Amino acid sequence: MVRRIRPATVVVMALLGAAAVYFLLPVVWVLVAATKSSADLFGTFGLWSPEPQLGTNLGRLFGTGDGLFGRWIVNSFLYAGIGALAATLLSAGAGYAMAKYPFRGREALFNLVLAGVLVPSTVLALPTYLIFSEVGITGTFWSVLLPGIVSPFGVYLARIHATAAIPDALLESARLDGAGEYRIFFGIAMKIMSPALVTIFLFQFIGVWNNYFLPLVMLSDQRLYPVTLGLAQWNSQTFRDPAFYELTVTGAAVSALLLVLTMASLQRFWRAGLTAGSVKG
Amino acid sequence: MAGVLQRETPKAGAEAVGHARPRHPRRSRSHVAVFVAPFFVVFALFFLAPIGYAVYQSFFKLTSSGLGLTEPTLDFAGLDNYTAALTSPAFLGSIGRVLLFSLIEVPVMVVCALTLALLLDSARARFRAFFRVSFFLPYGVPGVIASLLWGFLYVPQTSPLVDALALVGLPHDFLGPGTILLAIANISTWQFAGYNMLVLIAGLQAIPQELYEAARVDGATEIRIAWHVKIPLVRAPLVLITVFTLIGTLQLFVEPLVLKPLTTAISSDYTPNLAAYNQAFAQSNIHLASAEATLIAIMSFVISFGFLRLVNRKGKRAW
Repeated sequence: MVRRIRPATVVVMALLGAAAVYFLLPVVWVLVAATKSSADLFGTFGLWSPEPQLGTNLGRLFGTGDGLFGRWIVNSFLYAGIGALAATLLSAGAGYAMAKYPFRGREALFNLVLAGVLVPSTVLALPTYLIFSEVGITGTFWSVLLPGIVSPFGVYLARIHATAAIPDALLESARLDGAGEYRIFFGIAMKIMSPALVTIFLFQFIGVWNNYFLPLVMLSDQRLYPVTLGLAQWNSQTFRDPAFYELTVTGAAVSALLLVLTMASLQRFWRAGLTAGSVKG
Repeated sequence: MAGVLQRETPKAGAEAVGHARPRHPRRSRSHVAVFVAPFFVVFALFFLAPIGYAVYQSFFKLTSSGLGLTEPTLDFAGLDNYTAALTSPAFLGSIGRVLLFSLIEVPVMVVCALTLALLLDSARARFRAFFRVSFFLPYGVPGVIASLLWGFLYVPQTSPLVDALALVGLPHDFLGPGTILLAIANISTWQFAGYNMLVLIAGLQAIPQELYEAARVDGATEIRIAWHVKIPLVRAPLVLITVFTLIGTLQLFVEPLVLKPLTTAISSDYTPNLAAYNQAFAQSNIHLASAEATLIAIMSFVISFGFLRLVNRKGKRAW
């Protein structure tokens, strides 16, 4: 069957196409630019590379400063990965308990958590730096990792999800079968809450990975930098030595590609998570 | 933020009173603390304590003796730092600038996200998965990298965009004093419009299809359905993305910091966060910086709560 193309379809598709060009343009630009020499970067049209030299650029990118860039990538994965994992576990426990056990002060604590959801991480960076320098842990791996294990949004989402998805009758029957509270949590509740937990993990992972203010104020040793801070620092050196343009651009391309691939492969989790959050919205 | 923020429904309270509790009067309740305490300990350590410490520091200042020969002393300063911040033209200017930025960016963001969501949700759209991924993809690009990328696209030497605009004779100075704020707004929109669109799509998909059927039977066009059925029903997610965009715009920091070397239009206290950062690290005045950080937090709280109260009073509660 041949479907007749309506004018409305053309308009909708044209608008969507234009939007796609807008959103993809910087990504395409950086992928092309990553194959250029510094001279070509400034001398040739932005979306075409006359003499691609991706291999050379990648070699320089990973070779500079004893493999500094590779270190930054690993650091970013450690900060974001460990932070998000810990944040997810802590949020799961607190959210589940707040959903399923009534206790005194529960609502007051939950309101505190809700207020915390509205505090963006940029507000916290400077105060955290001040208190960390008081205890003398600025400049360490911990100074960037530890703030990343707190996710008020995670507690909020875990509680909403646990309330909606875990039936009390199930917990009761598990208790009657002799299961302890910890076993119920790790064996039953965590499994039921897994869509929400994946969402919490991803949000926190992206949040820590993208956080720039905190490592900027905390760290002075290049070898502890996450990739965002490292690239920004290379970028600030370009006025001194134009070779850093090549490094910055290729580094930006590699790290953007890395995250884009991660995001695309996790897309179904994102969708599940987005609806899980608004169960009763 | 994924969901629609909401408080506990009455059901949960009722079930707590209803059963389960009296049945095990002697069951130990230590497990509740084991579940809840770890989070609240780290929350107190890495969330509340820093805020409290910054507020505390904001009430002190270093006073050096006339000749600067002796160590400066730390004195209680009362509200001096706050007065200093609030009478500094540079800091007030930075607040005015982010307010103006919010005024531009919030409507642009909401309209973009809503338009994209409605287009993708419309019956006419094809290749939905491709478009959804392309629009959402910039969310995974860190703010620093996004600003670096757009920086290259704003600078005439590297930008195909500037070439193209110059070719057709359109204005193409992205980094001048009159356009830099819009250039920054563009970076934020690029990064977060797709994410906000996904939040709205999740809301749209929760609308029962029968509502559309009924409207179509009544002869409504797709545009009328979008305007009269879809938009009113995604009110709660719309409020949510508005609040988070508002909070985000008031926190503006990374984009101007990264673009700063490219233009003279960005000063070292261009936004409140930059001013506080500059105060702490370039001027080494952590007490004034603390006062500024506290003011930023208060401002963003007052504005976001004010907005939530406003929308909640006007209609049904969204939060």
